[in-house]
Amino acid sequence: MSVDRVYSEPHLTFSRFNLTWAVLPTYILHSTFTMEDYKPPALPSPFNNTTPPPTLLTQGAEAHLYKTTSLNPSIPAALKIRPSKPYRHPILDRRLTRARITQEARCLAKLVREGVSVPALLALDWEGHGGQEGGWGGAWLMMEWIEGDVVRVALEKWEAWMKKASLDDEQTQAQEARVRALMRKMGAAIGALHKAGVVHGDLTTSNLMLRPVDTNDTNEVGLDGDVVLIDFGLASQSAQDEDRAVDLYVLERAIASTHPRSEGLAEDLIVGYRDSYKGAPSALKRLEDVRLRGRKRSMLG
Amino acid sequence: MIAIGMEGSANKLGIGIMQHPKDGSPPQVLANIRHTYVSPPGEGFLPKDTARHHRSWVVKLVKQALKEARVSVDDVDCICFTKGPGMGAPLQSVVVAARMLSLLWGKELVGVNHCVGHIEMGRLITGATNPVVLYVSGGNTQVIAYSSQRYRIFGETLDMAVGNCLDRFARTLHISNDPAPGYNIEQLAKQGKQLVDLPYVVKGMDCSFSGILAAIDGLAKEWGLGGEEKAKEDEEKSSQIAAASESLEDKPTRADLCFSLQETVFSMLVEITERAMAHVGSKQVLIVGGVGSNERLQEMMGIMARDRGGSVYATDERFCIDNGIMIAQAGMLAYGTGFRTPLSESTCTQRFRTDEVFVKWRD
Repeated sequence: MSVDRVYSEPHLTFSRFNLTWAVLPTYILHSTFTMEDYKPPALPSPFNNTTPPPTLLTQGAEAHLYKTTSLNPSIPAALKIRPSKPYRHPILDRRLTRARITQEARCLAKLVREGVSVPALLALDWEGHGGQEGGWGGAWLMMEWIEGDVVRVALEKWEAWMKKASLDDEQTQAQEARVRALMRKMGAAIGALHKAGVVHGDLTTSNLMLRPVDTNDTNEVGLDGDVVLIDFGLASQSAQDEDRAVDLYVLERAIASTHPRSEGLAEDLIVGYRDSYKGAPSALKRLEDVRLRGRKRSMLG
Repeated sequence: MIAIGMEGSANKLGIGIMQHPKDGSPPQVLANIRHTYVSPPGEGFLPKDTARHHRSWVVKLVKQALKEARVSVDDVDCICFTKGPGMGAPLQSVVVAARMLSLLWGKELVGVNHCVGHIEMGRLITGATNPVVLYVSGGNTQVIAYSSQRYRIFGETLDMAVGNCLDRFARTLHISNDPAPGYNIEQLAKQGKQLVDLPYVVKGMDCSFSGILAAIDGLAKEWGLGGEEKAKEDEEKSSQIAAASESLEDKPTRADLCFSLQETVFSMLVEITERAMAHVGSKQVLIVGGVGSNERLQEMMGIMARDRGGSVYATDERFCIDNGIMIAQAGMLAYGTGFRTPLSESTCTQRFRTDEVFVKWRD
């Protein structure tokens, strides 16, 4: 090819930041970096020193979720860490991380107080220390451990089971009724959340959990149990119909794209939501507008 | 197969000639020339002046490109032009020229989406196969990923483009528009040390810049840093400024404002790109568009990609900033699948979303 100068890697020079960048993680200064070199950032203390060590469950763009223990090794707890982002200016990084993690904690604390089904907040540090002495490693938040599957997994299991099981019409209807009941419970849980003056900001079937109940019938996939809302990383305190409607719209879209089989059943979500609190009808009215509007915007220039 | 690409959606007029060899070897750039309409400091480029510039330069540039590429008119297979999005008057000037050449030489026309042009050129130059694309320029800010024959927009700006935000702040500070306001902000920002608090507006995978511009314009006014006189002062004692800002830690300098603006808006861009990467499970990022030639943005994106175990692909100003070869490249890919733009449909449009294009050439 006649074209020559191509940057496959950016220039890693920090000379112009020599006054502001106090501590640079050593790994970003390596000139070569392969996938094998990757490891999640060091845990903030005291979690770098607990037995058993926390196990990494999921890694999102913003946060890492670990399972650990609280107070004594028999009490499990969920640990959410927002590692510092080395690409950001340290002052900006701290400002954002602190604002976001305290926002999440405030929402959780408020919801627990209002009796909404969410994991309880156990501990928080918005200036967690990193691997090295005094290093800024990010912020962390510890929550009650919720046993069970997320609704996405429960529905996937159910869909797979429905495909395999040969059911007559009556049995199929009975099964669908169970999903409808679940959808209504989800709607009611979201209604309780909105009633408390909090919007979730990222409702998907992965952010709703089913706390299982003991059932004798092991033939069926568990769809019973309490619905617990999790991951309040994008939550905010709002009582506006617009925000509530967007919450519902996002969940509707998520159900339609991840659970095509359950899409027709999602109406029950609205049914469950409608009766859950006084402001629900006006939020649902706004939802109709939001559905029409969608997200698509024609762009200028 | 040889194509001429004609681009003029903003203040850059670009003519490029690309060749896709018949034996299937990598495409070659035969000519890539550009002429930019530069407005005086403190002013943006107006559509009518920019259109006039394009009209008066387009013939010269096409002639020069053919000469540089050492091809004759007979060798050319098709004429590709920018259909949109962009500013109306400049787009129209170039589409008229493309139509004229098509009739004069008897060549077929291919209308190209400007954003798809950027993406295809970026993919060709860097060799990134299936990256998450951050397209950042004076008119567009989008996070894009390919999925089933469309370039889908995952996140975008809710108001103005990031390049527009930078350009307009350059106007406030009366920074030169030559070669580009963004480039001059980048140079000034290198002297900045103090981070000024600015709004930080990210909503999911979307972002917004107008509030940041209003805030920093307000700060510039408050500290008396805007306007022509300050810009002159800067030029006169540019050497003393670095020393002065160190002693006066409290009051930010013009450089500090540029530095803070860049740090804030680029952090937002990297964050939404990271979200999109986590969402689609991709490890490659490709940065295209004029703002993509900013080395600080490339550096920040590089650190983010590294932390995710991936890599960043970026190009320099020849391919990042609007050019003719990207239109030729994307046009030829479409042309290869049988796509043609009949003369009667050879219009341009200011609004043309990236996801409206059916990407037949990828699977």
